[in-house]
Amino acid sequence: MTPAARAGDLAIETRALTKRFGRQLAVDAVDLAVPTGSVFGFLGPNGSGKTTSIRVMLGLAAATSGEVSVLGEPMPGRLARVLPQVGALVEGPAFYPFLSGAANLARLDTADRAAPWRTRKARVDRALERVGLSNAARKKVSAYSLGMKQRLGIANALLMPRRLLVLDEPTNGLDPQGTREVRALVRSLSGEGTTVFVSSHLLAEVEHMCTHAAIMSAGRLVAQGTLDELRAGESRVRVRTPDAAAAVRVLVAAGLPAAPEPVPEDLGDRAGDPWVSAPLELPRSGRVAPAEQGNWSAGGQLGGGALPEELVAALVAAGVRVRGFEVQNTSLEDRFVALTGEGFDVVR
Amino acid sequence: MSDSQPAPGGTSRGAPDTGGAIAGIAAAAQSASATAPARPLGAWALLVSELNVLFRRRRTWALLLALAAVPVLIAVAVRLSSREPSPGRGPPFLDQVTQNGLFVAVTGLIVSIPLFLPLTVGVVVGDTIAGEAGLGTLRYLLVAPAGRVWLLVVKYLGAAAFCLAATVTVVTAGVLAGLALFPVGPLTLLSGDTIGLAESFGRALLIAGYVTVSLLGLSAIGLFFSTLTVVPVGAMAATIVLSVVTQVLDSLPQLEWLHPWLFSHYWLDFADLLRQPVDFSSFGANALLQAGYLLLFGALAYGRFLTKDILS
Repeated sequence: MTPAARAGDLAIETRALTKRFGRQLAVDAVDLAVPTGSVFGFLGPNGSGKTTSIRVMLGLAAATSGEVSVLGEPMPGRLARVLPQVGALVEGPAFYPFLSGAANLARLDTADRAAPWRTRKARVDRALERVGLSNAARKKVSAYSLGMKQRLGIANALLMPRRLLVLDEPTNGLDPQGTREVRALVRSLSGEGTTVFVSSHLLAEVEHMCTHAAIMSAGRLVAQGTLDELRAGESRVRVRTPDAAAAVRVLVAAGLPAAPEPVPEDLGDRAGDPWVSAPLELPRSGRVAPAEQGNWSAGGQLGGGALPEELVAALVAAGVRVRGFEVQNTSLEDRFVALTGEGFDVVR
Repeated sequence: MSDSQPAPGGTSRGAPDTGGAIAGIAAAAQSASATAPARPLGAWALLVSELNVLFRRRRTWALLLALAAVPVLIAVAVRLSSREPSPGRGPPFLDQVTQNGLFVAVTGLIVSIPLFLPLTVGVVVGDTIAGEAGLGTLRYLLVAPAGRVWLLVVKYLGAAAFCLAATVTVVTAGVLAGLALFPVGPLTLLSGDTIGLAESFGRALLIAGYVTVSLLGLSAIGLFFSTLTVVPVGAMAATIVLSVVTQVLDSLPQLEWLHPWLFSHYWLDFADLLRQPVDFSSFGANALLQAGYLLLFGALAYGRFLTKDILS
């Protein structure tokens, strides 16, 4: 262990990391800070530069400019010292199709000169067991399904005890059961103090597993922080009422900067009663449990100090005909879409 | 969503049991990282693994079998033919096969050198880096970390081991076919001396060594080609085509000034090894030339591979 293994330092840090392929800027001045001990979600749509960043962090590709340090050491300068402590799944699993699963792991293990040969077989068996592949260990990888290859790829990252795991899209191709097992695995590894860096384009996955996240879009880092920080400040309370002006007055009196929502033009007469909405601040204390996302109903303290039920009571008392009321919690998805743009099109 | 609940070891189908085993691994981590990079013998594991993967692979066996078939076919054809092979027709030494079966091995090598050996070596050497890149295993070897220079060295040593295996296969198959189909006795050398059976085997292996050395330059070129692409077939084809082109150039008298620099120039000059005493001058010239190619293309491969972005 390096003396740098203090609490509060960074497992991965990039400063103005830039990678250019010809005229295309794949990664554009990214300043990433992955705290030691976190489960860090690296989010972004396809082609946003996630895998390229990972390749640079692991010394597979050279940065055009900027600096990277992993586990407190500069990369790729101290690659030989750093990488034995890092387990990685980069851009999908890759194996020799003509070798068995166990033989593949043994082969890749020989490439790590810090890996003791005496324990190789035991470590391979243990890694296979952890990903549920013990029964397929002697089967050739050419006979593996996509999900089995994915499991084998994760097993490869677990061959040695690691301080940092970099998992690029770890649940790709896995069935729901496999996805669940990966989450449990990540949780258990994290519990043992391993920092886990997970890239994904699946928001739900990050919301379920991670403590921190960063969002990439078109090569740029557009947000990073704890999940709560990323979601914070974006909640809204919405009131559906024909008495919009009165509702706005009541809410403003309660300390919320309310405003009527514009009526979507294409709805015309079918739009019905107008909505009045106001931003709320999420309760900052503690993380909102993922299971409660989307139907947040607990009586947490809202922005102006008012509880939702008090707002409803105030509205009714003021004679506002409340025909609908909801508290919208910002999901990470809202944030993600707001930051990266909505469409299906690959930006570049 | 139920799967947001922690599932410590309770789920079925190999769900990882978390507690004790991880603690065990973590404990091993402490001891492992305490001694971590200081494991000088650890590097050799990759070479052993490389040879293992290479020689257990079915494709390698198919290549070696194809090579073994060359002297066997020659022996069978000569045996079945009613006509004595006449001197000066066909490959060198063919006419001597009926007198002494050991010449099957020599004839087999001579027939294999222009095409079959470069072809099989090209397949293996073209696959070295490009094959790993094509499979995607290259990135996992490098993040292990194998070390780029060491990986190149290991790959080259693997290719060299195949060159040796290829020539020894031809010689062995030739000797066995000769023993089976023709009389074998004391060998009359080109210098007129006669040597016994045991020494004859020794000479055959010496020739195999000569041909192996001959292929080392080509292997270095193939290794360099292999670092240029992620399509192994491309590197294989380029290596094989180059070996053919070089031999064509070597046969053009107009380019005589160029001939001593061509890696294939001494490929067939092992007749000196069939004299008494053995004349090692052509062996030396050949080895020097091949070493030059190894240095040049080894340096090119190093320069290319060390700075290459691994994007496959």
